[in-house]
Amino acid sequence: MTARGTVARLLSAAGVVLGVCTLVFLLVHLVPGDPVDAMLGESARPADRAALRQALGLDRPLLEQYAGYLGGLARLDLGRSFQDQRPVADILAERFPATLELAGAALALALLLAVPMGVLAARYRGGAIDNGAMVFSLLGIALPNFWLGPLLILVFSLWLGWTPVSGSAGGLSLVLPAITLGTALAAILARMVRASMLEVLQEDYVRTARAKGLSEAVVLRRHALRNALLPVLTLVGLQLGGLLGGAVITETVFSWPGVGSLLVESIHARDFPVVQGCVLLISLIYVLVNTATDLAYAWIDPRIATRSGAK
Amino acid sequence: MKPLWRWGPILVVGLWALAALLGPMLPLSPNQVDLAQILAPPAPALPLGADDLGRPVLDRLLVGARTAFVVAVGVVLVSAALGALVGGLAGLAGGWLDLLVVRVIDVFLAFPGILLAIALAGILGPGLGNVIIALAAVGWVGYARLARGQILSLATREHVTAARALGVPPFRLLLRHLLPLAMAPLIVEATFGVAAAVIAEAGLSFLGLGVQPPAASWGSMIRDGVAYMLVAPHLVLFPGLATLLVVLAVNLLGDRLRDRADVRARAAG
Repeated sequence: MTARGTVARLLSAAGVVLGVCTLVFLLVHLVPGDPVDAMLGESARPADRAALRQALGLDRPLLEQYAGYLGGLARLDLGRSFQDQRPVADILAERFPATLELAGAALALALLLAVPMGVLAARYRGGAIDNGAMVFSLLGIALPNFWLGPLLILVFSLWLGWTPVSGSAGGLSLVLPAITLGTALAAILARMVRASMLEVLQEDYVRTARAKGLSEAVVLRRHALRNALLPVLTLVGLQLGGLLGGAVITETVFSWPGVGSLLVESIHARDFPVVQGCVLLISLIYVLVNTATDLAYAWIDPRIATRSGAK
Repeated sequence: MKPLWRWGPILVVGLWALAALLGPMLPLSPNQVDLAQILAPPAPALPLGADDLGRPVLDRLLVGARTAFVVAVGVVLVSAALGALVGGLAGLAGGWLDLLVVRVIDVFLAFPGILLAIALAGILGPGLGNVIIALAAVGWVGYARLARGQILSLATREHVTAARALGVPPFRLLLRHLLPLAMAPLIVEATFGVAAAVIAEAGLSFLGLGVQPPAASWGSMIRDGVAYMLVAPHLVLFPGLATLLVVLAVNLLGDRLRDRADVRARAAG
């Protein structure tokens, strides 16, 4: 990507980041009625309400609060938790590694399943593998992870006793949550890899590679898959959104101590600064990953660079 | 295999709609606590067994079908109408309004999956109406982007130029001359939107952010059933199976619709 293209992409990402921060700030103000009522309940004493309102700065004009919120973000100050008065940033830093571990494992699992499945389905189009892959992708997308998770626990933890029921102790405890979270992504990716491979397999360079007598495995892996994976990579970035959103439910199912279960806990505790912090962190990671994918994509595939440079 | 493939999805969606629409007229007792039947397994008199309070699972499943249906239809109608209007007007107006809408769409798309809906539903508080608001607030964006793209490509058609020359006001131009032509892709999107809304509603209810007890939702049934999974797996099995079947059927119908719309687009092009 040209320098100008890179700068333009970064600027638009910065705009989106500002928009995300604004929307997260507004989240609490969207509550119909008074956010203080929502936090304390209707029966709270007037003195408590006034104190909380002042502590949150809710008595100040909205624009001033907004400026204060953005200023805090710039210093990585996300406010303090209502429950234990700890800085939200500290709580997030504590919980984030677990989410990263889970999302990483789910992504790796999805790729490991989807790429071979998609390649073989495309190679043996209409055959048994193709049909199997299609059934898998239909089911994988329709299986709710709040159902798949409990089912896996029932079979592997309760009946077979192979894995712990919940929590994150030891490597085995990662297996079921990763399967639960990764299945839907694997299903979507398998479909994409298959479609992308079908297109690439019709290209002239694949015919040339076959004509010069390369083995089918080499043709598939070196000539077809490498080209087919490029468009899939950007889509992985976009699909990461589903993965991060799904992590909230998966973490809750398995009592996984990540940002997702923190979000649900703080919603139930009406701890709004922590709710805001969780949503902000997860969304910003998503924006970051997608911007990075776009830039990397242009770097890997120079054809994109010329196109966006010409624009 | 063939007839099952062809009619299965239609049958499932039909049964779902029927259960949702006729539910209130059926003699159901979804909240009837019967201590003698606590965690009873499926039996001829109690086809799907009873839950932890002895309530009949079948009755609750049918009420849950209605919950899912009301939310799905509500969310899709609200978000499609809102999205088509906002996206359509932006595409038609162009200029700074279009730029603003595109930016807003970008910001909404920057929130991963169901995350924003979870936060919104959590902050708004539980209840059927709030679930619909939360999901529509997230869902309109897809329709807006689609409608905007459609309108941009349709705006140069001759009948649109003619209507403009005749002085048709923009709003009427959008409703009468542009959106009807953009319907096919919007309907396909709406079909997938139904499936997404069913999963999302059940997901929110699973997290305790959906309908309030004692109202039934497939998601809250799974949530309540998880604690008794070892002794009474049917509490988790049946509502999950219902969700899976409905989502699968709607997705299959959506695929079919999309293929058909594609063929028409190709033939016309």
